[in-house]
Amino acid sequence: MKESKEARVMDKEGIKRILRRVSHEIVEKNQGVDNLAVIGIKSRGAFLAERIAENLEKIEGKKVPVGAIDITLYRDDLTEVAEQPVVHSTEVGFDITGMKIVLVDDVLFTGRTVRCALDELIDFGRPANIQLAVLIDRGHRELPIRPDYVGKNLPTGRDEMIEVRIVEVDSDEEVVLVKNSGEKKK
Amino acid sequence: MKILIKGGRIIDPAAGVDKEGDILIDKGRVVKTGGIIKDPAAKVIAAAGKIVSPGFIDMHTHLREPGREDAETIETALECAIRGGFTTVSAMPNTTPTCQTAADARFLIEKGEKTGKGHIIPIGAITKNRMGEELTEMAELKEAGCLAVSDDGDSVNDAGVARKAMEYASMCGMLVISHCEDKSLVREGTMHEGYWSTVLGLAPIPAASETTIVERDISLAELAGARLHIAHVSCAQSVEIIKKAKARGCQVTAEVTPHHFSLTDECLKTYDTNLKVNPPLRTKKDVEALRKGLKDGAIDVIATDHAPHPENEKQKEFDHAPFGMIGLETALPLSVMNLVDTKHLTWPALIEKLTSNPAKILGLDRGTLKENAPADIVIIDPGKEWVYSREEIRSLSRNSPFVGKKMKAKVICAIVDGNIVFG
Amino acid sequence: MKKTEPLKWTKKHLLGIEDLSGDEITMILDQAEGFREVLARPIPKVPTLRGKTIANLFCEPSTRTRASFELAAKRLSADTLNITVSSSSFLKGETLKDTARNIEAMQTDMIVIRHSCPGAPHFLAECVKGSVINAGDGPHEHPTQALLDVMTMRQKLGRIKGLNVSIIGDIAHSRVARSNILALTRLGANVTICGPKTMIPAEIEKTGVRVTYKLEEALAKADAVNVLRIQLERQKKGVFPSIREYIKGFGIDKEKLARYAGKKMLILHPGPINRGVELSQDAADSEHSVILNQVTNGVAVRMAVLFLVSQIKGSGKNFK
Repeated sequence: MKESKEARVMDKEGIKRILRRVSHEIVEKNQGVDNLAVIGIKSRGAFLAERIAENLEKIEGKKVPVGAIDITLYRDDLTEVAEQPVVHSTEVGFDITGMKIVLVDDVLFTGRTVRCALDELIDFGRPANIQLAVLIDRGHRELPIRPDYVGKNLPTGRDEMIEVRIVEVDSDEEVVLVKNSGEKKK
Repeated sequence: MKILIKGGRIIDPAAGVDKEGDILIDKGRVVKTGGIIKDPAAKVIAAAGKIVSPGFIDMHTHLREPGREDAETIETALECAIRGGFTTVSAMPNTTPTCQTAADARFLIEKGEKTGKGHIIPIGAITKNRMGEELTEMAELKEAGCLAVSDDGDSVNDAGVARKAMEYASMCGMLVISHCEDKSLVREGTMHEGYWSTVLGLAPIPAASETTIVERDISLAELAGARLHIAHVSCAQSVEIIKKAKARGCQVTAEVTPHHFSLTDECLKTYDTNLKVNPPLRTKKDVEALRKGLKDGAIDVIATDHAPHPENEKQKEFDHAPFGMIGLETALPLSVMNLVDTKHLTWPALIEKLTSNPAKILGLDRGTLKENAPADIVIIDPGKEWVYSREEIRSLSRNSPFVGKKMKAKVICAIVDGNIVFG
Repeated sequence: MKKTEPLKWTKKHLLGIEDLSGDEITMILDQAEGFREVLARPIPKVPTLRGKTIANLFCEPSTRTRASFELAAKRLSADTLNITVSSSSFLKGETLKDTARNIEAMQTDMIVIRHSCPGAPHFLAECVKGSVINAGDGPHEHPTQALLDVMTMRQKLGRIKGLNVSIIGDIAHSRVARSNILALTRLGANVTICGPKTMIPAEIEKTGVRVTYKLEEALAKADAVNVLRIQLERQKKGVFPSIREYIKGFGIDKEKLARYAGKKMLILHPGPINRGVELSQDAADSEHSVILNQVTNGVAVRMAVLFLVSQIKGSGKNFK
């Protein structure tokens, strides 16, 4: 088994600043937060979505609906993954029909996860539009998916991996680049 | 042809012999047993380190012929028998047609002799077509060569008929072999009633379905002054009843099958239909009681209840599969592993259960290696470890739960009427 | 902080609760919660088992279980095949083995089987390459029923451990009872069984249950009772003398509930109910009853089972 090496590419403050900037971009592009909701892709995307929603509320003074979706049941690669997928529940407590949805995830890679999320959202209703916000875009798209808001572009090799760690889930808050690790389709 | 078996451990319980020595055979009979024998004209079989025993006598075999030759024939059954060490088998009468006339009996004896591979003792039915109503012509059956009568597969349900049958049989010098089962307690039962039938959801067969009829038949035999042999004893309470009856002088004997002293009801966890037998496999306590019963003499005989069923009949849902397993080829190793190795029986005691006791009970002039006895002999390698593989099975059927399992002790040579038929 | 290894699902078949540990049972229940959410959506469907074919082989009549499994499969986007084998097919000579092989030849990935013989699913699992789910095998087990019963209790009472649960009725012939006893004891509940002595099977105390022939003892301090359907035909076989006497001793009605049962006690029933026999009309419709929750949970539980089992390599026609 190859040895993996970690290198920190963003720290706690970096993440905070990026999320603030992305939140401002969302407000600018949508000319406010009217009729807008933020939905995160579980697990980490959901927590980032919460933070973005908080930021939006601070900026505009209005509460923005937040949801979280689990895409496990929509994956097309269930029998090929080495790890066993665990199904968590999806929480979208509002009607998305006619709303502008900002879909949030931590890392954008092949685009397949976002594809699953789009399929799932459309089963919930007919949004006015879906915009994509990601903390890190590491390249290597396999589907025609493009983000509307990017925290940071980090070109990576195929044998590398980006790990986003946030306190809600992990022990620390940082983004690391891992070399020589197993591939994980995102 | 002269045969000289050299240097084996000769175990002949009928003659009280357990000693190393030679045996000389000629013209189908034992010429001399024991000591060192020299005969340059004889074919020598080296038997050093092996056990030399009289050919085993099975008191409970289902040959299936006539009527179900798809399951087994006399030829294939005898092939199984000699490989298991049995040179004489008793044919239970639940064939089609039932064995209940002189012609039926003679057919079996003659066909057996014709194969040259073993002897068949026909067992006649107690009642016509085993219906439990009218008695068969036992005197004629005796004359034609039957040594016992049985309605095996069923009990004689009417106690009055059972009593008369025993009186009549004893007059004819016939042993009555009783299959003890009260079907009204069994109902749709398929396995022993206990923790495991509860957990597996299979319809239960209480031990009382056997013990009530064992009690009944012993009382009736006492009343009738008849000799009685209890077939396939399966539970501790039956052993107790038989022990007490013997203690007060009843003429009752009993047999147990190798599967009943080797397996328990817990094995049925897998729903393997090869474990579906009647009477059913019972608990550890029953297994222990059966082994003790063999040790202290309550049980006299080990009999196989070899019951072939074609594969497609057994490959069904447990409820729908027929009862029974084959057993001629595995009786010896199962006895060694579960009785001799566990110190319940010595080798001579084991051989007694397979030879001199059945011979005595049936009134058969075989099962011994005395001078001038018919030369039905088996040579056994007592320590040989082998696997009971599917390919080796000589039966037309495959219904044994021991297929693929490790066995210890193997028959390496079988001689019938002085001819080597195996090995 | 090192996370504990999440429990992995390893079972290709679901033949009975006897094969599941307490943790595995909990895993199914947790997954089922997720599927309950799916069922509440405007489009209650996920594409997870798209392309898979699930055969419902029902050799014994059933409306609710079959419908529940069919719906579960469809909600997962699987294709379903419903085969009802009346006894006449078997009379024509086609064995279970042949039937199963024929179904498999039609490219099915999973077979859900209900059969009157215990061990039939185990037998089927030996004959076919795909996964086998037991939807009831004679008196032996009905694992998905126990799972939905336990899920319903957990939903209403918050836990299973330490609960007092009574199962009332013809225990000897009941697969629902056997599966429930296993599931409840493995999750730490205290189980009492109650019925006429003629309907209590041998040595059942060895499974860890308390046995009583008195209904009031089964109801007292019970957090939940699972009331079994009594098969009226058994009266003819001498198992109990009359329906009237059964109702008197073991039937549950509002009066007995008021007298012996706690206000919060749940009443469960696997259905269909013999109204007026094991449960009176007003008891079945009372605030104790969670029977309709059981039905909803049934689809969710079955979705969870189909999903988990489909994860195991070799569980489908294309296994390598």
